[in-house]
Amino acid sequence: MGALCLGAAISGCGSGGGAGGAQALTIYNGQHEQTTAALVKAFEAKTGIKAAVRSDDEAVLANQIIQEGSKSPADVFYTENTPPLEALREHGLLAAAAPAALSSIPARYNSAQGVWVGVSGRVSVLVYNTSELKQSQLPNSILELADPRFKGKLAFAPSETDFQPLITSIVKFRGRAAAEAWLKGLKENGRQLPDNETITSEVNSGQSALGPINHYYWYRLRREEGGHMSSALHYYAPKDPGYLVNVSGAAVLKSSRHQAAAQRFLEFLVSREGQEVLAHSDSYEYPLRPGVAAPEGLRPFSELQPASLTPAELGDGSEALALEQKVGLL
Amino acid sequence: MNATATESRQPSLARAWSARGRWPLATLAGALLAGGLVLLPLVFLVVEALHPGLGEVRRLLLRHTVAVLLWNTARLAVACTLLCAVIGVAAAWCVERTSLPARRLWAVLLVLPLGIPDFVIAFGWVSVAPGLRGYPAAVMIMTVSLYPLVYVPVASSLRHLDGTLEEAARSLGMGPWRTFARVTLRQLRPALLGGCLLVALALLAEYGAFEIVEFRTFTVAIFTQFQLGFDTAAACVLSLVLVLISVVVLWGELALSGPSEARRSTRGPLRPAPRVRLGRLTALPLVGLSAVVALALGVPGGALVYWLIQGGSSTLPATSVGSAIGHTAAYSAAAAALATALAVPVVMLVARHRNRFTVLLERLSYLPMALPGVVVALGLVSFTINHAFALYQSTLELVVAYAILFLPLAVVGVRSAIGAAPERLEEVGRSLGAGRAQVWRRVTLPLIAPGLAVAFALVFISSATELTATLLLRPTGVNTLATRFWAYTSELSYGSAAPYAAMMVAVSAVPAYLISRRVGRGAPGETRR
Repeated sequence: MGALCLGAAISGCGSGGGAGGAQALTIYNGQHEQTTAALVKAFEAKTGIKAAVRSDDEAVLANQIIQEGSKSPADVFYTENTPPLEALREHGLLAAAAPAALSSIPARYNSAQGVWVGVSGRVSVLVYNTSELKQSQLPNSILELADPRFKGKLAFAPSETDFQPLITSIVKFRGRAAAEAWLKGLKENGRQLPDNETITSEVNSGQSALGPINHYYWYRLRREEGGHMSSALHYYAPKDPGYLVNVSGAAVLKSSRHQAAAQRFLEFLVSREGQEVLAHSDSYEYPLRPGVAAPEGLRPFSELQPASLTPAELGDGSEALALEQKVGLL
Repeated sequence: MNATATESRQPSLARAWSARGRWPLATLAGALLAGGLVLLPLVFLVVEALHPGLGEVRRLLLRHTVAVLLWNTARLAVACTLLCAVIGVAAAWCVERTSLPARRLWAVLLVLPLGIPDFVIAFGWVSVAPGLRGYPAAVMIMTVSLYPLVYVPVASSLRHLDGTLEEAARSLGMGPWRTFARVTLRQLRPALLGGCLLVALALLAEYGAFEIVEFRTFTVAIFTQFQLGFDTAAACVLSLVLVLISVVVLWGELALSGPSEARRSTRGPLRPAPRVRLGRLTALPLVGLSAVVALALGVPGGALVYWLIQGGSSTLPATSVGSAIGHTAAYSAAAAALATALAVPVVMLVARHRNRFTVLLERLSYLPMALPGVVVALGLVSFTINHAFALYQSTLELVVAYAILFLPLAVVGVRSAIGAAPERLEEVGRSLGAGRAQVWRRVTLPLIAPGLAVAFALVFISSATELTATLLLRPTGVNTLATRFWAYTSELSYGSAAPYAAMMVAVSAVPAYLISRRVGRGAPGETRR
C-alpha cells in the first residue's frame, strides 16, 4: 500500500505550525480572517514577533480552549463578540490584560474584571429592501418587529451570536416578560435564517423585506456586489433596546507561555497604529480607540446613540439562550 | 499457536476463538484498534455528559421543541432512507445490468454528489431556488446528496454477483421482476442495507443543509447548546440521545439483514448476469438518471459556475490553491487508507467469526457517523491534550479523526465485497499448504479488492469535504480546500470561494472515476467482452 509513503509525505509538509514554536505567538481567531491577517502582518512588521493564526468559529474556539485547559497552545484569543471571552473568564482561563492596553479603550468597552480588551465595535441596525418597504414604514424600536404588520416580511437569525445581545437588552430595559412576548411575536412573523450573512443577502435579493443585523454585513455585501444594492440600513431611535454597540475583543490566556509577547499583541491591537489598520481593513468595523476615524462611508461613531448595555450585563448570553429555548426558537 | 477443542465449556469470546480454528491475531488486533478509536469520542461523550446537573438536562430535554425536532429527525430519516434506497438500487441496476448508453460516464456522475460538501449544496439551492423551504425541500436536497451512499456499495455488489443464481431462477420460470425481487435483491441485501444504514446515520448528524431550508432537526438543539451556551457538557447529553437513536437504527438493520449474510458462498466460477437490452425503453432510465444528476450536481454546479464567472473581490490574503489541494488530497488519501485498513479486520472478523462480541464491535464502528463532527473532534482534542500531547493538532491526529468519522463508510464498502470472498476458497488455499498471510494476500485480498476500492473512495471523498473536525484539529496555519471555502463564504465572498468548491469536486472526481475503472477491470464480464 502507498499509505506509508503518503504518510511520510504529509507529515513532511504539514508540520508548519505545531504546538509550541520557540518565539511564535499562537492566536486563536474567531474574528473575520482578513481583519486578523492585516493586523498580524502589521504587528509582525513592527515587533518582529511571529504569530501563527488559527481561525474557526468563535464559539467552537471557546469550547476548544475550555477542553484544552491549562495546556492550551493558544496565547491570544481574538473574538467577534464578548460572550466567548466571558465564558472563558468564568472558567478562570484568562490572564489580566496589560494596563496599557486597557487604558487605550473607554472602560465601558472592556472587561469589567480587566481580563480582556475591546478592540472594535459594530452597531446593530435593520437592513430593509428598498423596493419592499418605504423609510416611513420602518420601525423606530426593535420591539415593533413583533408587530403583526411585519408578518411574512421579517427575517432573523435566532442561533446567531449577534442575536442574543438584543434579547439581553430587551430583558434589561423592558423586562423578561416583554422579551418573551417579543420573541414569540418574532417567531410568528419571521423566517429563521442561519446567520446575519444570509439575512443580508436574502433581504437584498427581496426574499424578505427586513431583518436585524450588525451594520458591517451590509457594507461587506455592498463591496462584493460592486456597490449595486437593493437594500439600505435603518437605525433605531436613540437609546432603543435594539440600538447596541457590539464589541469585538481580545484576551491573553493564563496558560500562555509567551505572556510578554501576547500582551504586546493586545497593546498593538488597541494602539493608534493597530486601530488605523482596522479602520482601513475593509472589515467596516468601528475602531474603539478614541480619535481614530471610522472607515469611510460609515455613520461617525460619535453620532451613534446606542442603549447602554455593558459587556458584563451581556455576560455569556446564557439567559438569552434559555429564553429562546423556552419559546421554542432553539 | 495451536488452538484446539474444549469449545463448549468456554464463554463466548474464548469459544469463538477456537470455534473455527483460531482467530487470526492480526485481524483481531486490527479490529480492536478500530473499536478503540471509535470508543474515544464515545467515552468523551459519556464522561462529559456526567457533568451537568440532572435539572439542566431535564430542562433541555423535556421541551415541546425537542419533541418537534425529534419528530422532524425521524420523518426525514425515514423518507430519505427509503428514497435513497430506491434511487440507489435503480441507478445501480441501470448502470450495471442494462444496455444503458455511456455507462462509464454515469458511473462517475452518480458518485460525484458525495464530493460536494453540504454547505455548497445548500448554497447552490439557495441561489437557484430561494423559495425552497421546509420538509419537502429537506427531503429532496438530502436525498439527492446522499443516495450515492446506497448507489456505490450496491453497484459494486451487483457487478460481483454471480449471475448463475439469477439464471437458474429464470430457467425455473420466474419472471424478471420476481427474479429481481426474490434473487437479486436478496443477494444485494448486505450492500443495500449497509448503504441505507449510512444514509440514516448521516441524517441524524446532519445540520448545515437543513438550516438553510429552514427545516430543523434534533442536531440543531445540540449545536445551539454548544455554540451559544458554551456548554459542551449539555451538548454531549443531547448527543447521547443521537447515540440512543442510532442504537435502535443499528439494531433494526441487524435484524433485517439476518444472521448468515456474510457466509453465503458461491459455487463454481463467477459468471456475470447478462445485461438487459433496454431497446425502446432506453429513454426511461436516461430521463430518470439525468433528473437525479441534474438535481444533485447541476444545481450546486450551476451556482458555482455563476460565482466563478462573477469573480471575487475578497480582501483576504491570497493563499495558494495548490497547497490547499495538496493538503486536502494527502490528508484524504491517508485517511482513506487508514479507514480501509481498519475496516477490513472489523468486517472479516464478523464475517468469519460471527458471535456477540464481533457483532457488537462491528455495530460500534458505525456510531461515529451519527455523531456531530464537532463532538467527535472535541473528544479527540480532550484525549490528545491529556494523554498524547505531542500529537495534538498534528497531521496524524487529523488523519485519525477523518478515519474515525468515516470508518462506517469503509466498513460498508468492504462489506459489499466480502460475499465475493467465500471462506471455502481460503480453506482450499490453506489445505494446499499456504500460510495465513499467503492465503490473505493471494486469495482473499484480490477477491475483496473492489470493496477496498469502494471503501477508499468513499472515505477519500468525504474527508476531502470535511470542515468541522478539520478546523478544530488541523496543524495551525494549514489550509485545506474546505477551510478556504469556509473562510471566503464567511466573508460573503462567494466569487472567491467558488474555485475552492470547484476544486473539491474535481479532487473527488478522481476516486469516483477510479472506482468505476477499478471495479470495471475486476469484473469478469467486462474483461470477457
